[in-house]
Amino acid sequence: MLGDSVRDLLPIIVVIAFFQFVVLKQPIPNLLGLLVGTVFVIMGLSIFIRGLNMALFPLGEALAYDFARKGSVLWLLLFAFALGFGTTIAEPALIAVASKAAEVAAAGGMIGGDMMARNAYATGLRYTVALSVGVAIVIGVLRILRGWPIQVVIIGGYVGVMIMTVFAPKEIIGIAYDSGGVTTSTITVPLVTALGVGLASSIKGRNPMTDGFGLIALASLTPMIFVMAYGMLF
Amino acid sequence: MELLHHTINVTLSTLRDVLPIVLIIFGFQWLVIRRPIHNPRRVFTGLVYVVVGLALFLVGLQEALFPLGELMARQLTDPNFIYGKAVAGLSGMHWWDYHWVYLFAATIGFATTVAEPSLIAVAIKANEVSAGAIGVWGLRIAVAVGVAVGISLGTYRIISGTPLQYFIISGYVFVVIQTLYAPKNIIALAYDSGGVTTSTVTVPLVTALGLGLAETVPGRSPLMDGFGLIAFASLFPMITVMGYAQLSHWRALRSRPQP
Repeated sequence: MLGDSVRDLLPIIVVIAFFQFVVLKQPIPNLLGLLVGTVFVIMGLSIFIRGLNMALFPLGEALAYDFARKGSVLWLLLFAFALGFGTTIAEPALIAVASKAAEVAAAGGMIGGDMMARNAYATGLRYTVALSVGVAIVIGVLRILRGWPIQVVIIGGYVGVMIMTVFAPKEIIGIAYDSGGVTTSTITVPLVTALGVGLASSIKGRNPMTDGFGLIALASLTPMIFVMAYGMLF
Repeated sequence: MELLHHTINVTLSTLRDVLPIVLIIFGFQWLVIRRPIHNPRRVFTGLVYVVVGLALFLVGLQEALFPLGELMARQLTDPNFIYGKAVAGLSGMHWWDYHWVYLFAATIGFATTVAEPSLIAVAIKANEVSAGAIGVWGLRIAVAVGVAVGISLGTYRIISGTPLQYFIISGYVFVVIQTLYAPKNIIALAYDSGGVTTSTVTVPLVTALGLGLAETVPGRSPLMDGFGLIAFASLFPMITVMGYAQLSHWRALRSRPQP
């Protein structure tokens, strides 16, 4: 278990050591702190993987089976939305990106430069992204239920992104593209993946490999469209 | 002492991140599904593991790897390092002057992606679902190569000042064409691997690199040009994962004995 985590971390250590000693030719500052931190990272990673197999995977799968057995599409979709919205709204990476975006918008003259206008803009953006992830999980679950091919949904989304890029204000494009990547946290990903795979395995005629994955892809796609729309409206 | 304080703080904030998820799941479990959770003690212990493990992981990163990684990103993008001390003026810069930056971007992108917990989770699941056909390490390396290519191309974009959308949209067009030819069962997984690459480990280091570059390169502003590396890191893994599947498919076809 620990050996696996050591191997996972090894590339980072090699890269940092190479650049520090060979390229930058400098000693490591605070070597003790670095060693302690590395031990923390290795322990943390192996404990997390353990918890993943004990809690996050079984929880996601059990929910999928229970919802499939209950047969209520409405409740399932409501759950999907709550999960997407609820896990995104408090995401620290998103909070950071939203405040950065408000700075960009203020510098670009899209909103007023004062604190209140920036906070309002950042909060609005966070709700927009959370809403978009909720919608993404709903669409993704519907896709698994109905058996729509993933490429049609995703490529349709890309076309949406391209069209929005043409019309969206230039300042927002970089942030919009990045916001797709920051929405999916370390806790959400295993849970949502287990949910999708569980749903696809418990519905007749669905293949867990072709139908079970794809929820994360949608959750990284819709924020781009929604954020560009937000940039156009405000 | 300070470390302990920091650890407790991070554990509390991780707990706060997990709380809404737990509330939603158990809320629906009790109110809608109305069935008890199977093996609640094991699930509860597992959740404690998730919180504690993630907190330790984050504290370790913040204490050790991030400060050093960010420092290196700054040093490598420093004009003194790039042009040498002799050249004071910034005129006549060439994109190849930044070759160490590209190598750093590629290797640190690769290395952080290999250690990314959410990618490990997806790889475990994919291995299980495909009955071993997709290797845990095969998928992780394919994704990591994608991130490496993506981030170094992204740093080139910041240095050359090409608009972000040119790269991203041509990348999309490539993904669409590749989708037509890739084995059907890899497509959903390949699309997913774009989203999972960028979380706890990769984002902070990559952001530091992007902002550092945008501050140093003449004519770039951190506010306008510092973004976009994450988008690159989510786009290229799709291409490499589909490529990985196409390659293994092709090799399986070739090694099949001829009738």
